[in-house]
Amino acid sequence: MEISRHRRLITPLLFMGLALLCVVLAIADMLVGTTHLSLAEVWAALCGRPYDAHHATIVLYMRLPKVVVAILSGVALSASGLQMQTLFRNPLAGPYVLGINAGASLGVALFTLVTPLLTLSASWLLTVGITGMAWLGSALILLLVMALSRRIRNINTILIIGMMLSSAISAVVGILQYMGTEESLKAFVVWTMGSVSTVTVDQLMVLLPVVVVGSLFAIVVIKPLNMLLLGEGYARSMGLNVTRSRRLIFLSTTLLAGGVTAFCGPIGFIGLAMPHLARITFRTADHRVLMPASMLWGALSMVVCTLACDVVARQGVMLPVNTITSLLGIPVIIYVVLRNSHRQ
Amino acid sequence: MIELRNITLAFGSRQLIVDGSAHFRCGEMVALLGRNGTGKSTLLRAIASLGRLQGGSVLVGGDELSTIAPYDLARRIAFVNTERVDVEALSAYDLVAIGRSPYTDWAGRLTSHDREVVERSLRLAGVESLAERSVDTLSDGEYQRVMIARALAQETPAILLDEPTSFLDLPNRYALCQLLLDLAHNQNKCILFSTHELDIALALADSIALVDTPHLHHLPTEEMVKSGNIERLFNSDNIRFDALTASIKMR
Repeated sequence: MEISRHRRLITPLLFMGLALLCVVLAIADMLVGTTHLSLAEVWAALCGRPYDAHHATIVLYMRLPKVVVAILSGVALSASGLQMQTLFRNPLAGPYVLGINAGASLGVALFTLVTPLLTLSASWLLTVGITGMAWLGSALILLLVMALSRRIRNINTILIIGMMLSSAISAVVGILQYMGTEESLKAFVVWTMGSVSTVTVDQLMVLLPVVVVGSLFAIVVIKPLNMLLLGEGYARSMGLNVTRSRRLIFLSTTLLAGGVTAFCGPIGFIGLAMPHLARITFRTADHRVLMPASMLWGALSMVVCTLACDVVARQGVMLPVNTITSLLGIPVIIYVVLRNSHRQ
Repeated sequence: MIELRNITLAFGSRQLIVDGSAHFRCGEMVALLGRNGTGKSTLLRAIASLGRLQGGSVLVGGDELSTIAPYDLARRIAFVNTERVDVEALSAYDLVAIGRSPYTDWAGRLTSHDREVVERSLRLAGVESLAERSVDTLSDGEYQRVMIARALAQETPAILLDEPTSFLDLPNRYALCQLLLDLAHNQNKCILFSTHELDIALALADSIALVDTPHLHHLPTEEMVKSGNIERLFNSDNIRFDALTASIKMR
């Protein structure tokens, strides 16, 4: 009765513990920054009774959006990573396997190459352009993979095609970079570093509903994902419309990973590593537990990464969030791979 | 329960069965025999609607296969394939519970009735004690029984199994086939399983379906032994089938 006792007693405690930790760290993240603010000052600003109008601006337009974006991106990346791992039955699958990052980077590379020619000066146009093109790029690549997958039965063939497409696109992006000007190269590189703090309140108002809808899709596919654990053959023999489920899963991933990548840049390893942490800590393969658990771990990890960035930034060192997520995610992946090789 | 009417089956451009007919009934265990590459798996997949027939029709519970909706078919036929699924932290109980999918709501929540069925299925397959084990820690014999419990949880009158005895040792092969036979006779299931175990099939199965390219023969076991088809298909330079003792001898 080992697993069921674990489930009854530990699962709710874990959920509560992780959520509490996430809230505490999110609050801590709101206290850290170049302007020193106390807990009382932040709280007052959040409640709409700031001691100082300047504080209100900092809290409501900079620190709160940053924390919310961190939570949303963590939730989104982990939820799409979990779906990819189950669909492809591959522990090393992540949101990037379908070519999301590659497609987004192609869009951004094209945009940054073309803008100097158009002499666009308004910075908001640049942001909208980069975000829009990133999204368009990832959505187009995903559509392509989806169209191919309609003809292909074997899911691993799709995985290989997705990865080959990504590599081909990276090559094209390389050529574009070579052709670009110094400024366009800089704009592109800044985007690839990834950031949750550059997302404005207006952008957040777009990202929020996108992540909510994508997460709803992720919840709708919980039962199909459980059936797909046994492979597509078994899933179909139990009455699942595999083509339709695959489409829903791809759609959810475009909204979640595509949306986050467009606004924050390519954030690595969260979508890959956090579903594994959820499996290890909750000790289950049931997506009814695993989906919310992955989302929670994703939110927590992104809050930790942003907090780490902000703490380092106080010393005057501006690190891209991508470096921190890699340093946090890669050990988890290595641990999982080693554990799997020990068991076999 | 499952009726094949003048079916034509092909793998790519290769014709496997032409104009084959058979009738598999509830309460009966049928062994599907044939040499390698003759289309046993392809036939099972076609009956489970996972593959296609080139001609003829399959009736499941009296209805033409192509007219049965996927969720409805999932309540008539359960399928057990040869693939081993090793999922981390998936308990045998949860795996068997996935077999309830055709009956559960959109989120796959189990009702108390579903739990009863899962527990009964585990008991029938003799794997109650493995319920809490993670499936990636099970032996091949234990795993195969858990997969049969999953098929039982689907509460279908028919269960198709593709080579359920491969990877098992000799005592486990007999034990597994005995389990299938008990399910056919005591639970009134229609069991159709493909196998290369000629001796086990002849000792236990109620009837034999034999793929003799491009024909499909289906006869009660005793008649199949006397028919001479088995010798013709399986005799080789090294082995000989003895119809009198229904066993294999070395030459």
